[in-house]
Amino acid sequence: MPHITLTEGVPGILGPMLFRPETAKPLNQLAEVLLREPNSLSPADRELIATYVSAQNDCFFCQTIHGAVAAHHLSGNEALVAETKLAPEKAPISAKLKALLAIAGKVQKGGKHVQAADIEKARKEGATDVEIHDTVLIAAAFCMYNRYVDGLATWAPQERDLYRQQAAKLATEGYVSSTERVARPLAAAEGV
Amino acid sequence: MAHIQLKDGLPGIRGLFDFRPETAGALCELADVLLHQPSSLAPAERELIATYVSSLNDCFYCQTSHGSIAAYHLNGDESTVQQVKRDFKAAPISEKLKSLLAIAGKVQKGGKQVTAEDVEKARQCGATDIEIHDTVLIAAAFCMYNRYVDGLETWAPLDLEVYKPRAAAVAQGGYNRIPSDVRSQVNGTRA
Repeated sequence: MPHITLTEGVPGILGPMLFRPETAKPLNQLAEVLLREPNSLSPADRELIATYVSAQNDCFFCQTIHGAVAAHHLSGNEALVAETKLAPEKAPISAKLKALLAIAGKVQKGGKHVQAADIEKARKEGATDVEIHDTVLIAAAFCMYNRYVDGLATWAPQERDLYRQQAAKLATEGYVSSTERVARPLAAAEGV
Repeated sequence: MAHIQLKDGLPGIRGLFDFRPETAGALCELADVLLHQPSSLAPAERELIATYVSSLNDCFYCQTSHGSIAAYHLNGDESTVQQVKRDFKAAPISEKLKSLLAIAGKVQKGGKQVTAEDVEKARQCGATDIEIHDTVLIAAAFCMYNRYVDGLETWAPLDLEVYKPRAAAVAQGGYNRIPSDVRSQVNGTRA
């Protein structure tokens, strides 16, 4: 049961977002810029970074929904998402993304864990300053979203198909106003 | 030296806001809602939560800048800020704020560390759902801001006096003025 009274049937972060729309707005806006707006890193690469950090933080809801969004961008390749979560250095992804995931993993432990050598490695694989910046901020932001979701003990459904359906909507329609688009109908279905 | 090329002279997160204004907008708005806009928790209390979490994360820039803003709201009482960082249980603050700081400390370690007992304790001290929500999100948000600032190895002035004028300006005007502030500096007309 969540630590505060949230609308039943509204999963994960959408519960507290519906509870507090004032903070939902910048939280969704940040996710939109980092994960979806035009960028030299593909949406799939950025969603994989978000998924990997959420897995490191053991946040079921975030790693499942962002893993499903990543898989959607990868033509449904859920095996690649699972491999990246398990051992990014062995996954069939680019050397650049591996270097960025290594940085993201350091950020998850704490900002000071990132070393000049980690940055140098990413640069050698072709990463730009903006890509390094965005990797650090995606990893840092998911250290926030994960704590928000689990710190309030929000509810998460177990059925993977629900995540696949929502992921397709998030991938095509985006994160901005996702609370209104996704959470309201679910709340209505619960008769709230 | 920062891990990426940032403009000289803009400390901590401000150099990053200047580098990437597209993300600065949402980051500033989130801080403004959580720390500055009207709430049943005083701005001083919310800044103390931010300062405490930043100190647990060992982020010098964030704990110093937000500690300075908290002190401004407390009529310059820097010793209370120091006590909260060192041992909040012994600090001259309300029982409610102590119970919220305990929750914030759990969030800093990880979301799952927060127990029903922690929340129950806060409720017994008079905390509402929205105050518990905001405490969790302030703590979570500073786990982001701290990692952002240190993960890119930004520069921070060591002289604590340097933080005071800006702390006063933010305490009065809020966080949403930061992006326009950055823009005016880009245009060479420092506000």
